[in-house]
Amino acid sequence: MAAHLKRRVYEEFSKTQIPHEEAPAKKLRLSKPSKSAALHVDLCKATNSTDALQYLLHFARKPVEAESVEGVIRILLEHYYKETDISVRLKIASLLGLLSKTQGFGPDCIVDDAINALGNEKSHQVLAQLLDTLLVIGTQLPESPTIRQRLIEVACKHLSDTYFGVRNKCLQLLGCLGLVDAPLNKDGEGPATRNTAPENSLRDVQSIISDYFGDQDPRVRTAAIKAMLQLHERGMKIHQIIYEQACRLLSDDYEQVRSSAVQMVWVLSQLYPESIVPIPSSNEEIRLVDDAFGKISHMVSDGSWMVRVQAAKTLGSMLQVSPHFLEQTLDKKLMSDLRRKRTAHERAKELFASGEFSSGRKWADDAPKEKLDSNTVYLIASGACGAFVHGLEDEMFEVRIAAVEALCQLARSSASFAEKCLDFLVDMFNDEIEEVRLQSIHVLREISTHITLREDQLDTVLAVLEDKSRDIREALHELLCFTNVSTKECIQLALLELLKNLNKYPTDRNSVWKCLKFVGSRHPTLVLPLVSELLSTHPYFDTPEPDMDDPAYIAVLVLVFNAAKSCPTMPALFSDHTFRHYAYLRDSLSHLVPPLRVRTGKLYGSGSVESAQLFLQQSLNRVSTIQNLEAPGAQDLLDFTIRDLLRLGELQTELAGAADFCATYLRCQLLLMKALQEKLWNMAVPLCLKQNVTATAAAQQILEETYKLEFLYSGLDSRQVATIHHVRLQAKALQLVLTARTRQGLDPLLSSCEKFLQDVDSFQRLFLTELPHLQDSFVDKLLELMPRLSSSKPAELVKILQTTLRQSGLLQLKLPQQIHRATATIIEPTGESDNPLRFTSGLVVALDIDATLEHVQDPQSSVKVQVLYPDGQSHVIHPKPGDFRKPGPDRHRLITQVYLSHTAWTEPSQIEVRLLLAYSSSSSSSAAKEGWSDSVDGVPPPEAAVEGTIQFSKPVKVFIMPKPARR
Amino acid sequence: MPEINVTPLGAGQDVGRSCILVSIGGKNIMLDCGMHMGYNDDRRFPDFSYITQNGRLTEFLDCVIISHFHLDHCGALPYMSEMVGYDGPIYMTHPTKAICPILLEDFRKITVDKKGETNFFTSQMIKDCMKKVVPLNLHQTVQVDDELEIKAYYAGHVLGAAMVQIKVGSESVVYTGDYNMTPDRHLGAAWIDKCRPDILISESTYATTIRDSKRCRERDFLKKVHESIERGGKVLIPVFALGRAQELCILLETFWERMNLKAPIYFSTGLTEKANHYYKLFITWTNQKIRKTFVQRNMFEFKHIKPFDRSYADNPGPMVVFATPGMLHAGQSLQIFKKWAGNEKNMVIMPGYCVQGTIGHKILNGQRKLEMEGRATLEVKLQVEYMSFSAHADAKGIMQLIRMAEPRNMLLVHGEGAKMTFLKGKIEQEFSIDCYMPANGETATVSTNPSVPVDISLNLLKREMALGGPLPDPKKPRTMHGTLIMKENSLKLVSSEQALKELGLNEHQLRFTCRVQLQDPHSDSDTLHRIYTHLKSVLKGYTIQHLPDGTVMVESIVIKVSSSADDANTKVLLLSWSYQDEDLGSFLSTLLKKGLPSGLC
Repeated sequence: MAAHLKRRVYEEFSKTQIPHEEAPAKKLRLSKPSKSAALHVDLCKATNSTDALQYLLHFARKPVEAESVEGVIRILLEHYYKETDISVRLKIASLLGLLSKTQGFGPDCIVDDAINALGNEKSHQVLAQLLDTLLVIGTQLPESPTIRQRLIEVACKHLSDTYFGVRNKCLQLLGCLGLVDAPLNKDGEGPATRNTAPENSLRDVQSIISDYFGDQDPRVRTAAIKAMLQLHERGMKIHQIIYEQACRLLSDDYEQVRSSAVQMVWVLSQLYPESIVPIPSSNEEIRLVDDAFGKISHMVSDGSWMVRVQAAKTLGSMLQVSPHFLEQTLDKKLMSDLRRKRTAHERAKELFASGEFSSGRKWADDAPKEKLDSNTVYLIASGACGAFVHGLEDEMFEVRIAAVEALCQLARSSASFAEKCLDFLVDMFNDEIEEVRLQSIHVLREISTHITLREDQLDTVLAVLEDKSRDIREALHELLCFTNVSTKECIQLALLELLKNLNKYPTDRNSVWKCLKFVGSRHPTLVLPLVSELLSTHPYFDTPEPDMDDPAYIAVLVLVFNAAKSCPTMPALFSDHTFRHYAYLRDSLSHLVPPLRVRTGKLYGSGSVESAQLFLQQSLNRVSTIQNLEAPGAQDLLDFTIRDLLRLGELQTELAGAADFCATYLRCQLLLMKALQEKLWNMAVPLCLKQNVTATAAAQQILEETYKLEFLYSGLDSRQVATIHHVRLQAKALQLVLTARTRQGLDPLLSSCEKFLQDVDSFQRLFLTELPHLQDSFVDKLLELMPRLSSSKPAELVKILQTTLRQSGLLQLKLPQQIHRATATIIEPTGESDNPLRFTSGLVVALDIDATLEHVQDPQSSVKVQVLYPDGQSHVIHPKPGDFRKPGPDRHRLITQVYLSHTAWTEPSQIEVRLLLAYSSSSSSSAAKEGWSDSVDGVPPPEAAVEGTIQFSKPVKVFIMPKPARR
Repeated sequence: MPEINVTPLGAGQDVGRSCILVSIGGKNIMLDCGMHMGYNDDRRFPDFSYITQNGRLTEFLDCVIISHFHLDHCGALPYMSEMVGYDGPIYMTHPTKAICPILLEDFRKITVDKKGETNFFTSQMIKDCMKKVVPLNLHQTVQVDDELEIKAYYAGHVLGAAMVQIKVGSESVVYTGDYNMTPDRHLGAAWIDKCRPDILISESTYATTIRDSKRCRERDFLKKVHESIERGGKVLIPVFALGRAQELCILLETFWERMNLKAPIYFSTGLTEKANHYYKLFITWTNQKIRKTFVQRNMFEFKHIKPFDRSYADNPGPMVVFATPGMLHAGQSLQIFKKWAGNEKNMVIMPGYCVQGTIGHKILNGQRKLEMEGRATLEVKLQVEYMSFSAHADAKGIMQLIRMAEPRNMLLVHGEGAKMTFLKGKIEQEFSIDCYMPANGETATVSTNPSVPVDISLNLLKREMALGGPLPDPKKPRTMHGTLIMKENSLKLVSSEQALKELGLNEHQLRFTCRVQLQDPHSDSDTLHRIYTHLKSVLKGYTIQHLPDGTVMVESIVIKVSSSADDANTKVLLLSWSYQDEDLGSFLSTLLKKGLPSGLC
């Protein structure tokens, strides 16, 4: 029986894959003779080469099945040997390559033929194509060292061909197949020593390739560098000697060579950052990474913009470079070779200050003075000097963007550099291309932790607030949230400009308020002296009470209240109405107004995060004391704990994610517990048919909750995922048991039993590493019994499940550390409007949607908009990827339009708009799956992907009114 | 040694009236033909009598190339072609050709109509002159005649500005005209490929300047204008009608739009509209941004900038006026300047270079009292600001261009002598190439080392290829045998047989013979056999035959043995080889001189 059931399981298991596998297999058997035969007939029929070529072209359009590939290849090769026309041979050669890519076909059998053909071939083009075919074959067969060895030999043989294409392909072949196994084989310890001559070829591959760095054809030079980079990508350690050669290629005549040489130099600088290289024309030495940095910086003023982009991008990732080199990139005026002496640099600066070179800002400040010591001043001092100044001024915006990005990367790792590049970034706010402006605003935000803006810089920054583009303005608000300013004038300036902005673009309301909230809480001491002015209070006179609905006044209050939070003396300056307004705003805009200790009578206490965390931990510990689900008081304890956690989540926003997560988890357990304690279990099966509704519903609910747990929260570790899956498994078991009790008939039961066993199986595979932590749990017990289970009858299985389910203890939840709940808030439409959106029925109306998403991974693919019409009709709309913006880490902004349409209504009515988070369970565990699919080759994932959606925003109601069309 | 001679007639250690004569490979080319802003007499134009005392220039010049439309580069063109006399081709780019006559006409009007000069070129002359112009496209190679070819590269600076490469055979000269290595609001940056010319003739206006980033300059400029407007002052920006003016217009236009300013901006002179029209047309010559956005809106269609009327200058309230010309030496800008100079609220911003002798130069140097015509003095109270907006390459840009083009020699023009000396030192030190800076009328001579092209016969090449390795290695020179034939004006390398055939000569054989004495006790035939076996063991891979007539042949070398007359043991070997086998023959003779090894049987 055991064997039978197991077999059944596996049959079932493979059955799910039938659509993929079986259908083509059948087709293949039918078409195999016809296909190759047809080709053969065609080719024989062909009287001249043009016809043959036509047949081949026609043939190439259709896919060929794995089993008939070999036959087809034989026919092609046969024809190849007979064919005299080059173009036909070329086509055949390319077809060979295409065919060897066919899945499930082992191309090792045609290696010999291809190499043979290569030996007899005269045409260079065909040779190149054949080598390409070999390359395909070689990459298809990564496991076979002998074939690889042969291919390398072939490639080396043809390296001396006169046609550049052949040399290119040979180098490509060497790059893709050259031996990587032994990194340093001088000790002879490399794992590849088994091979025929690994040392030889290992040493050779690099030196052979580097021989072609000096080839006469630029295309071959490029191919050689690319091959070397390929070797590096495959894990082979590139020798340091290459560095010098690569540096020479930086001054090549051809841009593609220079571009790839930049990459090569970069790779080497990452491999040997600390080794020392000599400076030519002097006996000084510097670190290799500094040298490479200097050389690549030089390329930022290259003649070709492709190279400039490449160089600017590369600069950003060279973080090991010494700080004084880094700073040179911003100093265009530097004229001394700083590489040798620090003092020389300073001397040059003095000379500069003495007016030798004018800045072009003052007339005649460039009148030549005394002659300089010509040894100290170089105009293009080799090296980094001014690289970024050039990059940021470049003609092509692609280069400018690359430079801005590189600047950002470098500034993030060096505070002093961030300080220095500030001016340049601020200057970029005036770029003529919006994309560049936006990018530089983003960059400035990212590095803003390091810097404090001066007043003049702030002035420039704030000038951008008048920009027409909403993206720019919002990016700037975001930036202001994170910036530090130095004086109270700056605060005043910022407030003034923001109010101006608010006046000009009222839609920015939320963004401006939020911005001021951060400005206030960041600079309480700078706001303090401004308070009376801002609130227009007067020591003696009462001033009129401002209008509470004025967005500008609210903006000021937000600023003041947030500053007051950490400045206890401030509330003393408030007038009475301010306190009233505070109470009002605290309720209406609680996310913008912090709790204050003021006279409103109500004290908003707020504990520290630590204590909250402690509380969370304690609650979980308390729950962990529940050993048995049926222990008296266990349910109550769970109930209380869930309530506590939910409240905690409300109070401590930092821990909201974790608290919610725990609460949901515990609710699942509670539901499970309740379901198991229902009376129905004690009843005879036939009696309880109608009564298990609650239990079934509970099982269903638990399942749904587990999906929420898994996909709505980010930052779960695998143990938590395992715990969630475990609950899901329990719920499934419960469902199975319930089905067994309700439904009659063995057949459906049998299949659901198999399904369940499969689930258990996949759980075991997915969480193999987590199993030790799941001791004494349901699944642990289940796995112990697994041999028995798989052999037992369904009825028996159900019985076992039922007891295990009841006996198993509550699985402990580890306190989640960094959990965030994905949330979405629809800002627009607000749902407050009483004016219906009127449109003619049958036509569409566009509804603007503006929403913020937090902690959503990959929103482009997972977030959907759902529109629910009053008649129950619902539409799900996929927003375009371009509609998502990323204003900050873990935050996204969705600004999109959804199109509504409906038949005519008599009355305006409300539709609901909400956001959905789509998930599919297969995607979540893809990482884990890759792990085992290597070992169990070709076995498809057992779990059919479960797809679904979770609502994760509050629905917003929109009044619409489709009018009948007028005739 | 062939030489290239460069003689500046103008712009040698000076700015203004650019005119440079180049003779290269027997061709004479005039580069630019400009006027000097600082003079109103004969010194205004280059001294064409340097070329010929009397008569026309046509027979002395092969072509004239104009780099761009600024008057200091093309102002003397009608004078030269119509009044001095030149009928050959004049090359310039399309935008230059379109805009140049407008400026010339304007220039003529000012000089003739306003100042009442006579003996000046007429409108008709400008038209006639423009008829001789051949337009150039960027990167298009134009054959002037069979040997001389020219090619234009983008130079930034102003619309249509070009750098020109002049090439005769393998000798070449690049003339930059004025160029700009940093892009601005309406033009891109100059670009040239690695053409490795023999001489790079570069302007050096800003030889001692390394400018701040252009963004700082732009911001400063906007700030100054804005502040002055807010004070209620008037801002005068003297510009040349074309070039910088358009950049500043775009800058102010976008700023006005962004800051929502209401103060009027005026642009003087009627030729702006005409010129702006050309700017709108030649959109391909502008920068990336304008090229990409012109479909939505052509940046040169200004919303805030209106044409100026003379009466507006007395209007109250703030305003910004662009007026020509740029150095305040004449025309409307000078008139407005006179009107506004007395008020300290007003401001004049000089956005570019001012030649010595102009009022612009004087006020920039801090002169507060100016002498006007008619003995009147003008007190300058308004603020004078200088913003370096002129789109010339700075020192670093010049160096960058040198790095791009990799010239063998450098020649500086269009700059002040003292500043040139500084840059010359830098260039020589940095690139270790020679750098020249001839004054006007001085000739700089550079001897070149042109490579001589030789045709090689394909058969010969293939034969040599078959002999040596499969690939020519550029690092290792290889010797090959062949015959160089010089016929008429061409050189070719052919195999000796073919040369004999072509020249109808008989082949002469040259043979070397030599005797080697050998101590060998064996008989003649045995000795011969021993030699045969010995050679066979030494010379592997050569054909060695023992012929029945008592000789041994190694390839084509014949070896015979005869006994010496007086001593039977001494054998005399007779070796004979032809000239072609010299190497092998001498090797054999030395080998045999050493004697035969004893181990042979």
